[in-house]
Amino acid sequence: MKCPAEMVVYMHEYLDEEISAEHEKELRAHLQNCGECQTHFHELKKTIALVQSTSHIQAPENFTANVMAKLPKEKRKVGVQRWFRHHPLLTAASLFLVLMMGSVASSWDQDHQLSVSKQPNLVVQNDKVIVPEGEVVKGDVVVKNGDLEIQGEIEGNVTVINGQQYMASAGKVTGEIEEVDAIFEWLWYHIKTAAKDAVNVFETGETDKEK
Amino acid sequence: METIVKKRIKQVLKGDQDAYAEVVEIYKDKVFQICYRMLGNRHEAEDIAQEAFLRAYVNIASFNIDLKFSTWLYRIATNLCIDRIRKKKPDYYLDAEVAGTDGLNMYSHIASDARLPEDDVESLELQETIQREISKLPEKYRSVIVLKYIEELSLNEISETLDLPLGTVKTRIHRGREALRNQLRYV
Ligand SMILES: [Zn+2]
Repeated sequence: MKCPAEMVVYMHEYLDEEISAEHEKELRAHLQNCGECQTHFHELKKTIALVQSTSHIQAPENFTANVMAKLPKEKRKVGVQRWFRHHPLLTAASLFLVLMMGSVASSWDQDHQLSVSKQPNLVVQNDKVIVPEGEVVKGDVVVKNGDLEIQGEIEGNVTVINGQQYMASAGKVTGEIEEVDAIFEWLWYHIKTAAKDAVNVFETGETDKEK
Repeated sequence: METIVKKRIKQVLKGDQDAYAEVVEIYKDKVFQICYRMLGNRHEAEDIAQEAFLRAYVNIASFNIDLKFSTWLYRIATNLCIDRIRKKKPDYYLDAEVAGTDGLNMYSHIASDARLPEDDVESLELQETIQREISKLPEKYRSVIVLKYIEELSLNEISETLDLPLGTVKTRIHRGREALRNQLRYV
């Protein structure tokens, strides 16, 4: 006897629990009259039962430990975080330095413009500030991102940041002359002014902890 | 379960390696089981299962946290098993269709034993026979059969795990069942 080709398809639909009522009816009707298909269907169900009956096996001992031992070395990030957790005071200090460097670096980037303290008898030419011959400039002179040429006299300190000062033979400065021309010195300049504030911050922090 | 796993994965993503141990602990048996049923050898299964966890760890950043972790992990494990099988099997086995899987001319004339051997199945010998027959399946049928009947995944989950269309999964399960039927009917 020749069985309809779709009977085996219906069996699998049945096994996948996706058979329509109509197909199931057809399959049941056919199975009642066909020993070969009955056998086939039975063997399929037996096969599934056999596969499912294989007892569940467990991973070998020390499996997890062996996996963990094979993992690539921990990312530095966490090491640093753990270190921070164990060294809170140093963490605070590091954090302070990072924040400060960040803000100073950004202010360093931002002002490349020539700036100069505001004395009326200073003359600005391009990137150069001139103390004209015969003039007396009163108060400290600060020049940023430019040179200072001193032909006259300055009654006060001179600071030239990211630039140079030239003293003419007739020039005269009553105070100190300081050139700050590298970012590291610029940083140090900031650190010196910020250090006092920082000490205050840490002392406040310690006091808070004790409360 | 998924909630704990996702929490641990987030910790791993932040770089906390220790959190991964719990993830391994939760899935080690399932992954080892897949590998063992796919490869039919405990030593190889351990090797590949470890490799699967290692790969999952290294690629954890590419895991979509909104999806099921098990699906992703099982995919890695199954793919590694298939690679291993392909490397060691002679070529003739790779694309061999199982005889009679089209379901048209394979009616058996052998009367079957109506009893399901539930008691016997406990015996080691029978277990070995079943495993041996699973191991004889071409890997494309083997993976779907293992995921369906040993890991008890739904057809949709298998489709996601193997990244195959649902229709392909069904076809492979049908053929896998037919192939196993031919191999196991005298058991
Ligand atoms: Zn029939």
